[in-house]
Amino acid sequence: MVDTAVARQRSVLSQLGAIDCDVHPDAPQRSDLLPYFDDYWKEIVTTRDVDRLELTNFPTRTKPFFREDWKAAEGRGVEKLRRNLLDPFGLKYAILNCVTGVHAIYDPYLAAAVCRATNDWLKAEWLDRDPRLRASLVLPMQNPEAAVEEIERFANDRRFVQVLALCMGEMPLGRRYYWPIYEAAQRHGFSLGVHAGSAYRHAPSQSGFLSYLAEDYVHQVQGFAAQVGSFVAEGVLGKFPDMKIVLIESGVSWLPGQMWRMSKDWRGARIEVPWVKEPPSALVRRQIRMTTQPFDAPSDPAELERIIEHLDADDMLLFSTDYPHAQFEGDAAIPDGFPERLIDRLARENALATYPRLEERP
Amino acid sequence: MNEMIRSLESKLGLSTVGGIDCDLHPASPATKTLLPYLDEYWRETFVMRGVDRLSLAMTSSPPRAPINVRSDWKAESGFAGDTLEAVRAQALDPFGTRLAICNVLHGAMIMHSDDMAAALCGAANEWLAREWLDREPRLRGSIIVSAQNAELAVAEIERRAADHRFVQVLILAQNDEPLGRRRYWPIYEAAARNHLPLCIHAGGSNRHAPTATGWPSYFVESYVAQASIFESQLLSLVAEGVFQKVPDLKVVFAESGFTWLPSFFWRADKTWRGVRAETPWLTEQPSDIVKRHVRFTLQPIEAPPDQDALARTLEHIDCDDILLFSTDYPHAQFEGLNALPVAFGETLAKKILIDNPLATYPRIAADF
Amino acid sequence: MNQAVLEKETGTEAKLGIVDCDIHPAFSTPDELAKFLPQRWRNHLADYGQRSANPLVGTLPYPRMTPGNGMRRDAWPPNGGPPASDLSFLREQLLDPLGIEYGILQPLAAGSSTLNQDLGAAMCTAVNDWQLDKWTGPEPRLKASISVAQEDATAAIAEIEARIGNRSFVQIAIPPRTIEPAGRRRYWPIYEVAEHYDMPIGMHSAAFGWHTNSGAGWLNFYIEEHYAFSHSLQSVVASMVFEGVFERFPKLKLIVVEGGFAWAAPLMWRLDRQWNRMRSEVPHVKRPPSEYIRQNVWFTTQPIEEPENNRHLLDTLRWVGTDRLMFSTDYPHWDFDDPRYAFKVPLSPAEREKIFRENAKQVYRLP
Repeated sequence: MVDTAVARQRSVLSQLGAIDCDVHPDAPQRSDLLPYFDDYWKEIVTTRDVDRLELTNFPTRTKPFFREDWKAAEGRGVEKLRRNLLDPFGLKYAILNCVTGVHAIYDPYLAAAVCRATNDWLKAEWLDRDPRLRASLVLPMQNPEAAVEEIERFANDRRFVQVLALCMGEMPLGRRYYWPIYEAAQRHGFSLGVHAGSAYRHAPSQSGFLSYLAEDYVHQVQGFAAQVGSFVAEGVLGKFPDMKIVLIESGVSWLPGQMWRMSKDWRGARIEVPWVKEPPSALVRRQIRMTTQPFDAPSDPAELERIIEHLDADDMLLFSTDYPHAQFEGDAAIPDGFPERLIDRLARENALATYPRLEERP
Repeated sequence: MNEMIRSLESKLGLSTVGGIDCDLHPASPATKTLLPYLDEYWRETFVMRGVDRLSLAMTSSPPRAPINVRSDWKAESGFAGDTLEAVRAQALDPFGTRLAICNVLHGAMIMHSDDMAAALCGAANEWLAREWLDREPRLRGSIIVSAQNAELAVAEIERRAADHRFVQVLILAQNDEPLGRRRYWPIYEAAARNHLPLCIHAGGSNRHAPTATGWPSYFVESYVAQASIFESQLLSLVAEGVFQKVPDLKVVFAESGFTWLPSFFWRADKTWRGVRAETPWLTEQPSDIVKRHVRFTLQPIEAPPDQDALARTLEHIDCDDILLFSTDYPHAQFEGLNALPVAFGETLAKKILIDNPLATYPRIAADF
Repeated sequence: MNQAVLEKETGTEAKLGIVDCDIHPAFSTPDELAKFLPQRWRNHLADYGQRSANPLVGTLPYPRMTPGNGMRRDAWPPNGGPPASDLSFLREQLLDPLGIEYGILQPLAAGSSTLNQDLGAAMCTAVNDWQLDKWTGPEPRLKASISVAQEDATAAIAEIEARIGNRSFVQIAIPPRTIEPAGRRRYWPIYEVAEHYDMPIGMHSAAFGWHTNSGAGWLNFYIEEHYAFSHSLQSVVASMVFEGVFERFPKLKLIVVEGGFAWAAPLMWRLDRQWNRMRSEVPHVKRPPSEYIRQNVWFTTQPIEEPENNRHLLDTLRWVGTDRLMFSTDYPHWDFDDPRYAFKVPLSPAEREKIFRENAKQVYRLP
């Protein structure tokens, strides 16, 4: 039964030419990045042993996070990605999201330098090697001036389609402090990707740090929810109407509850935020998008459709595998029970509408 | 006999007549009092929301704690410094103060909402001008701002700068991030541009626990922890290169204490020698930068009663320009009028009372 | 829903009283509590105040939308005092017209988040005495919560033991924003006592705690902060599950108060999913998280979610389970839920019975 479903998935997927909106390249080590630093930073990262930048909150070595079969496959880098993902899934494009410890660095200049090197590495070692690959620009959110410079630096390389931030950083992302970044992003057609992960500037919960990784991972939802609340309340959605905001690896099913609640609260609390002129749920539907893995849903596939109905936005969901994380078995990347009528939107159309830079010639 | 003399000396201070008091606190105004100074949107919504009935007193500076209200200065209300009459009779006249800088410690500086904080700070500054500076020629003011939103803070500084009775910009010691960080730089540039020192005053927003190991149980514990916060801020300003970026900036630490300075200098300088590569813009040692750019108000004087120890500490600091006279009225930092211990000696006392404040505050010097 | 149906609904409620699981009693004057404190603490409060991590003294750092820290405008008693400070007006506006047979008091005792632990314990004791004196004594429909200062488990247990004989107290009140996640072992002695006496733990949304109000940094506006209340409650549930509290104390009852409940479904799904993935990290969690939640956790309904399409609420009710829900008004706050109008979807008589009465009677062991 399962095999048939899997086989059906595979044939469905390979016909779709899907766009995978959340793929993780191997985390770059210092040896990978060294060629891309200038002399000063080369010396710094070497003598000060800046290496293995990995978030405690998003670890790269945790066994249960990764699929065994993908890990064990032969090859490395792009070759391995082709073998595991691009070819068997028949993907049209895959968007690479590099989530590393750079987001947690305190030194704003070191953070900017590592981001620059990471983006250069993404371009040379990945984008240049397979025409199906696209990527998010890793931005030093700790240093908005440098982040804007980085956006300008890659503005003409249309294979970079999005700018990336974590769902839990220093300040809620809606704050005006970050607006110069969104202004530059919107001007050049970049979407804003908010990815699961915390820089641990603050404890992930209101009661402090969590005992277990499983518990910590559950809390990512709160980060996403805080960001959506911030984008709405601070007026980012109205101020940057052409910039789509993609919530990556968030779990999906938590959003309807928030839309209901914020819209209800807005009726009573509007005078505090007079620039929010429409109900939050309308604003969210217009500009917020979500990738589909993981999809926190009940085990009964019939219920999945109800959740999607609650979202009430056919253009909101974006196909993703979250490769190489273990979010599904076999090729069952499309959540079980996903409505047929929305498959094409999920696989391609929504992504094309979300990422203006996607279809342009690089 | 020597013991007795020493003990007597420690009870008597040096004369403070003609001095410039660089840290005086009129009582923070009630929110209702600020309504006339707010624009229509805030006035209306504050009344609608009942915000005008809220006290914005700060936990970091509890208005009735014994250290914050010296018992002989306490009014019937339980507070102190809440009328001009009281301030004249208790803070200005007895000390023979020539000029005093009013530092209003108002919760406006720590509200979460950027716009609300900015609106309230603006109203408080206007209130200070109208109800205090207009009525007492010996008083000068500090422009309070919320550091959280640099753009709005800069707007308030520019707005207020035209009134030369405002002689400095005031923020609190504990904010979202260490004060050396780039997000705050526009505030420093605006201050320096307008010849306004930046005053960093004890207290804060509780965005973070006051210590790295969490929340102290007792106020006395928190208060002591302020010194660590100031040290961190001092090093942050130095290490991030604020004084390279804004070479005209003067910073005043208010109510921070200063006897921790020698050990700070020794440790910061030594560390700098070892890790210079990380901060290549620092071409001189931290202590030299501090001595050039940073000043400290006198109170509290955290020293043993033995005047020798205080004298030695001053020697260790080795910078006669660094201290600015203050009473920190109405906080209970000393007894009677003994604001300036004999250990300072007459020569240094005059510097502290007059010369150092004049050198620090260009706008006061212009008046003198 | 037309007026005739509404009136019919009201008529039904009048016959069988409802249980309101969240009423906030208030002090008539700021020093009303002082009567119940020993002199030593009265003096201390006068000099030092009640200090917590809240940056403002006695004021919420996110001002509410209405006076009195977010109260209904019509709830100010004609005889004076703030909303919900006057028993006769409480009867007149809430208990009598809405047919409330039992109302559970949530006093939001400041003692639970006070930095000075001895003061915190003393304030909790005082609040408990005050509830008996002003509210449950004269009005048997009202039931009280044993407020405890949970960061000092020894003191908390002493307070519970002192009150347990008095059935005016029907739950133990702990705020969800504790200094460590609620499931951690330092709090287990309290849970052990609670389970032993079959006293539910009621955790009511808290306006401040020891940590930032979101993992993403301090929120700017009240509209954001209000939303984030539900997060602290989600964290309580997750922590109790992952720390194995429900495994260790299988009869412990946890009530999540004033968080709404729609989030409970996606949370259960997410917890189950991650537990599946990372079971080896938490071998002491022997069953899927959702099973523990369906056994040990209840949710009060206010603020009830309002989807644009009412039918979606039916899905949510089904996913969370009507067994787990207990009606609450949150009187006298501005976002008060009226039992006559709160549920904009049809409930079967059995479901209505459970949500408005029977679940609570069982959980709180009401007569």
